Formats: sequence, C-alpha cells, structure tokens
Amino acid sequence: MKMNINKDEIQSYAIEQLERISGEATKNCYQCGNCTGGCPVSYEMDIAPSKIIRMLQIGKIEAVKAANTMWLCVGCLQCHSRCPKSVSVASVLDALRQATFRSGADHIDVKEIPVSFLKNTPQQAIVCGFRKFVS
Amino acid sequence: MKIPYYPGCTLNTTAKGFDLSARESAQTLGFEMEELEQWNCCGACFPLSPGNVMALAAPAKVLTNARKEGESVTTLCSVCYNVLKRTNVALNEDKARLAAVNDFIEEDYDGSLKVVHMLEVLRDTIGFDKVKEAVMRPLGKLKVGAYYGCMLLRPFKDVGIDRHEGPTIIEDLLTAMGCEAIDFPDKIECCGAHLTMGREDVVEKLSGNVIASAVNRGAEVIVTSCPLCQYNLEKSQESIMETNAGHKEVPIIYFTQLLGLSLGQTDEMAGLDGNKFDIRPLLKERGV
Repeated sequence: MKMNINKDEIQSYAIEQLERISGEATKNCYQCGNCTGGCPVSYEMDIAPSKIIRMLQIGKIEAVKAANTMWLCVGCLQCHSRCPKSVSVASVLDALRQATFRSGADHIDVKEIPVSFLKNTPQQAIVCGFRKFVS
Repeated sequence: MKIPYYPGCTLNTTAKGFDLSARESAQTLGFEMEELEQWNCCGACFPLSPGNVMALAAPAKVLTNARKEGESVTTLCSVCYNVLKRTNVALNEDKARLAAVNDFIEEDYDGSLKVVHMLEVLRDTIGFDKVKEAVMRPLGKLKVGAYYGCMLLRPFKDVGIDRHEGPTIIEDLLTAMGCEAIDFPDKIECCGAHLTMGREDVVEKLSGNVIASAVNRGAEVIVTSCPLCQYNLEKSQESIMETNAGHKEVPIIYFTQLLGLSLGQTDEMAGLDGNKFDIRPLLKERGV
C-alpha cells in the first residue's frame, strides 16, 4: 500500500497529545508483532495492535481514530506483557478513547442499552463498559 | 484473627455465592473477613493512561477508607484487586498525582495500605498446608481447570501475585483441597470482559476458546476468581450448548465455593444455587 508521509503529521499536536495522555513513546516499538500475536481480539480489529503503533509512528492518527481497534481493546494487557520494549498498546488505545471523549463523542448511546441487560449483567461489566464507551 | 475485607459491588449482587463461600471458608480456617464499614465501587477498570487522573478518585477513596480501619485490605474479585492494587502503586510512584487525587477527594491518604487477594491470604498467612489439614471432604480427584484470566495477573510489575506466564497459585490451592488441578493453555487468556456490552459475539468466541482449551485437557470443572469471567463463561457455554449437542456442561464456579465444599460446608453455605451449571450432579457421580 502506498502512503504519503509528511513531517507535519508526524510532529502534529494530536500525536504529541496522545503520547502525553498515554505515557507511551510509540517510537520505542520496532514492530516485532508480539502484541498482535498475543491480542485475543486482533482478529476482529480494522488495524491490528502493532500496525496501530506503526501508523502513529508515521503520523497517521486520523486513520487510527477511524478504526474500530480502540473500541475492541479489552485491556487484558497481553500486548504490554509480551512487548520486549514495554510498550503498552492498551494504554495508547485508552488515550485515544480519552481524546475522543474530550471531543464529546460517545461510542454507545446509553439509552439504547436494554433494561434486561442492566438487570442481569454483573455491575462491574456495566461500570467498566460505561467508562470505556461513554464520556 | 480479623481481616479487613472489601467485597466490591458485584459480590453484593450477582456473585453472592462468591462472598458467602469465602466468608464461611474463612471462619472454618480460623479467620474472619470483616467487611469495611464504608466503601464504594472501585471503578471496575484501572485507567490505563496515566494522564487520566480523575479515574483514580473512586479507588483512592476506597483505599483511604480502608486505611482508616487497618493496614491492609483483602479482596476476592480479581478486578477490584487489580484496580485497588494498581491505584496504590500509581499514587505511590508519583507524589504529585497523590496530592492531586487527595485534593479532589478531600482526603489525606499516604499510600501506605497493603492490598491483598484472598488467594494470598490463604497462601501466605494461613498456608496451603493448613488448608490441606482442614479439608474434611477431599473432592475425589475432581479434575479442575484453574482459570486466571487477566486482572489477577497483569501487569506483573504492579500486581505480582504470581508469575504472569504459567502461574500456579490456584492449582496449588486446588491440590491442597484434594482435587486434580488441570493446566490448560488458555488459562491466562481474556474472557472478553466488558465487551459483553454490545459485542457478545467477541465474548462468545473468547470465552468459548477458554472453555474448549480446559475441556480438551480434561477439565470437568472450571474455577475462577472474577465475577465477570464467571458470567461470560457461563453465558458462552449456554450458546455452545445450543449449537453443539455433544458438549458436556462444565460447572464454572468460584474457587471459594470449591474450597467451601472441601471444608465441609453445606451447599447453601457454598452458595451453589447461584450457579447456572450445577456441580452437584458431578459430585454425586464421583461419590463425594
């Protein structure tokens, strides 16, 4: 796939903000792919965890934001656990969610959650789901 | 001996059997799990980005109130354990963060509380050898898969209850209880967690993988220490049974329920009625 890379995108405020919120330096990644290999949900992601980091290294944050990856990350930390450079993709994806919430956009509409789900599901799933999907 | 105990929100509702069986087991083993006088929800997920300081407020409030009642707090739920322990580490490693959270919750927490899981109490304070001595009903070499999931183990640097790859703390307890502990490849894999909100398909796949992995190694029962894992595995097994008539149901229960049974508790004390897949027919089949 051909892609134009430019300095402005690589040094953009959005990338800088993402690294500040997440506490992760994406440039530390050398693309071994262990995170994607360990990720239990990578099969369903538009962009796999290791590719998310590569896209951020080359400044393609808009493509990363448009992907479903951040909403599918379960935060199980296999990516972080198996990274030889201690990069936590889960933290980067969490920061992406935080940045999205700061713009006022929610991932789900709370009003559409069925009452039966709220009645029968463990509280921890509901609390955690709200924190991951709603600003 | 009394141990300050933080149940968390789910143990008061959908996971009552976990709470009840743990308290009863503690009594039998000579200690009391004394519920904190004041507690709130831990927030159910640790904020993975350090810039999200606000999300530390709820768990920090729990730690503050617990510290007023003692030097340590014991949890049962893996998620509560993960969130409280990681929050404590996050507050201790950055004093500016601690000050900001204290300002927000209007407290003066100093970071000195110790957060422990009941498994650690059983291993380090009571001792698995003492558990073994207290067993009144050895569970007849029941083949039990120990499912850890994520939150009990990761990240190793902050949580550190056992090795994050190849842990054995639950298997060691199961062996003390007279069961045959079954090691299986997916024991540290995720069940799908909160994706049960909106992405049941992913949860069914992930939890289904865990069940299949345990069954393939010969497990007849799966034990867990997380109410969300328990829920996701049970729900996924219902789906498996709808599509696979040959699947033999596997009871998915809390490790404290099995512990309670081995210590001679009644079915009521072990809270067995709350489980969708009943372990009692299997116990009857084995004559225990």
